[in-house]
Amino acid sequence: MTRRLLPVSALVMAIAAPASHAKMIHVGPGGNAQEKLQTAFIEAAPGDTIHIAAGRYSLADGLSLDVDNVTVKGDGPGATILDFTAQKGSGEGVLITSDAVVLRDLGIENPAGNGVKSKGSDGIALVNLRVEWTGGPKSTNGAYGLYPVSSRNVLIDRSLVKGASDAGIYVGQSQNIIVRNSRAEMNVAGIEIENSYDADVIGNVATNNAGGILVFDLPDLPQQGGRNVLITGNQVLANNHPNFAAPGNIVAGVPSGTGVMVMANDQVMVTGNEVTGNNGNAVMIVAYTQAFTDKAYNPLPRGVTVAGNKFTGNGSKPAFKGGTEIAAAVGGTVPPVMWDGITRYVVPGGAERAATGGISSDAPGITLNLGLQGTPTSQARPAPLPLAAAAGTRAAIVLPAELEARAK
Amino acid sequence: MKRALLAVLLIGAAPAPQVNRDLLMSADAPLLADYGLFDATGRPAPGVMPYTLNTPLFSDGAEKYRYVWLPPGTPADYRASTALAFPVGTVLIKRFAFPADARAPGQAMTPIETRLLIHRPAGWAALSYVEEGGQAVLKRAGKRVAVTQIGVDGKAMTIDYAVPNQNQCKTCHQSGEAMTPIGPTGGNLNDGRQLQMWQASGRLVGLPANGGVRLARWDNAAEPLEARARAYLAVNCGHCHNRAGFASNSGLWLDPDETEPAHLGINKRPVAAGRGSGGFSFSIAPGQPDQSILLHRMLSSEPGIMMPQFGRSLIHDEGVALLRKWIAAMPDPTPAAPAAAATPSGR
Repeated sequence: MTRRLLPVSALVMAIAAPASHAKMIHVGPGGNAQEKLQTAFIEAAPGDTIHIAAGRYSLADGLSLDVDNVTVKGDGPGATILDFTAQKGSGEGVLITSDAVVLRDLGIENPAGNGVKSKGSDGIALVNLRVEWTGGPKSTNGAYGLYPVSSRNVLIDRSLVKGASDAGIYVGQSQNIIVRNSRAEMNVAGIEIENSYDADVIGNVATNNAGGILVFDLPDLPQQGGRNVLITGNQVLANNHPNFAAPGNIVAGVPSGTGVMVMANDQVMVTGNEVTGNNGNAVMIVAYTQAFTDKAYNPLPRGVTVAGNKFTGNGSKPAFKGGTEIAAAVGGTVPPVMWDGITRYVVPGGAERAATGGISSDAPGITLNLGLQGTPTSQARPAPLPLAAAAGTRAAIVLPAELEARAK
Repeated sequence: MKRALLAVLLIGAAPAPQVNRDLLMSADAPLLADYGLFDATGRPAPGVMPYTLNTPLFSDGAEKYRYVWLPPGTPADYRASTALAFPVGTVLIKRFAFPADARAPGQAMTPIETRLLIHRPAGWAALSYVEEGGQAVLKRAGKRVAVTQIGVDGKAMTIDYAVPNQNQCKTCHQSGEAMTPIGPTGGNLNDGRQLQMWQASGRLVGLPANGGVRLARWDNAAEPLEARARAYLAVNCGHCHNRAGFASNSGLWLDPDETEPAHLGINKRPVAAGRGSGGFSFSIAPGQPDQSILLHRMLSSEPGIMMPQFGRSLIHDEGVALLRKWIAAMPDPTPAAPAAAATPSGR
């Protein structure tokens, strides 16, 4: 039986789909955007799609979704705009706390805190989104544009983030991750993978950030021991923006001019990228620099491979501490790869430990030979890194086919 | 006809239950009145029992009236630092109201909303009913209400009060994957009388003979500063900032059972605070409240900085003063000497 539903006077209406019980919930612009959208987000059932029609939606509070297996879809990142300029509450624009969610084809402007956050989601795809602070890069902008945390099966695809005061795209304490074909510009950090396992960062453009792509691990967190991250096929271009992060945050310490930075992770491959015009290090590999009390934390970078990248025009004006002196000592331009040469650390209240895997690069590099974690860079004894043969790649991260299909 | 007769018979068999238990268990009623928890004058139905907490959450200065309804014959089971284990069928009720003059609490009250936590067989459900045109109406998507009041300084003010949406209820009330009550823990209910009364009336089992642990009153200057500060943090922050809560990923855990200094924020660096750090390096810088991120975020009412992230639009001056005093009095723990026999952690 075909049933035709007349559009009710309300702008929110539900149309029953014939094949399944899944339905399409349409929301259109006009008054009362907050209540209309939040109501749709609450009343959606698993399998439903919420369609947000083109238009500008001015929102005074965050929106949140806690229903599994829902797709939220706009008419394009320039057409359907969730405008949080007047936001009065909540720590993010859109919060997702359920599983198997796809959020796509939307623009998100000027959220007071983070743009889109998922917490504890198994299956989260953020596709063809634009998160932008339209007043340009400022320390008063929100921290993260796209921010999945404590999640697994994470996809970020074909999205753009501009102006985040921390990282444009930030995946934290998560597992099984793909960040691909996205663009991060004018953020403090373009793309950051932190305390995460099994990630591919592939085919992205990170440009005009203070740092392009970061892979970090920090202590005192429920998930740590970041590992198995592949950074490949990215364009990391002229990340020379001044660092505008609030001091105190870890990214505030990222020197402007950094292309790729790996800190305290295990098994990281940087291969097949184009790294061009970054004034500092094209690739910086370092240990966690601060003192820490977490006995389970390993501050060393280990098992890091840099191979098959194209490095052009980097290293002419390194902004990191002691950079000018180091550059002068090696002929004016720092080579593409710099490692702090820290290979040992002291477990708080315990014994000294050594790194379990080395640092290898097929491009010219230097080590600062600092040795023990916590040694200041003033004690650097720069020396060339021995060149290593290019290493192979590893199998790609695979996400659930159903999630990939909905993200097409 | 038959139905009416049945009703008469039921009424004859037992006093008419005003609380609509079947409806509470099965449906989200559009009007609070449908549940029969209160009469038209706001008087609670028989069995709907008021209770108080030693330390409540700050909600823009709203006065809160709490009630519990337990299905007859099914007591709650005592828990010390988490909410009591309430049986299926329990309804926890919190009514929010503002006095016309903040200097005259309890007088000329304007009711704003009533929040219910209903323990259904599938788990706890959270509903909020907002006063609109003389009725309390279900609002799933939340609402902003402009509350006008004479403030403590004697000046007229408007509070941009936010009724939470249903998902926000869950954000605070989640523990792992499940929803749970937050306020009525054994410790927070322990005023020396209340729990004993619940036990005597058959509403509570498992109460320790000594009454169990007691969460301090945050506003009682006669109690130790440490206990008051930890009570304030437990209630105002610890519902999200715990190992199973919404803010688990921060590594800042402020529930009453946390003992690890780094997880309590002492010399802990920010993780994902962004501009919320205010340029400071530590959640709590011992002895330096004005260098502590925790205080900075309590002193803000700007989204993206303020903590809690929702539930208030005003700064809680008295709470800030308490934590300022606590942090100021905190000795700077210089790193302890290395332990003599450290156990390798197995890597």
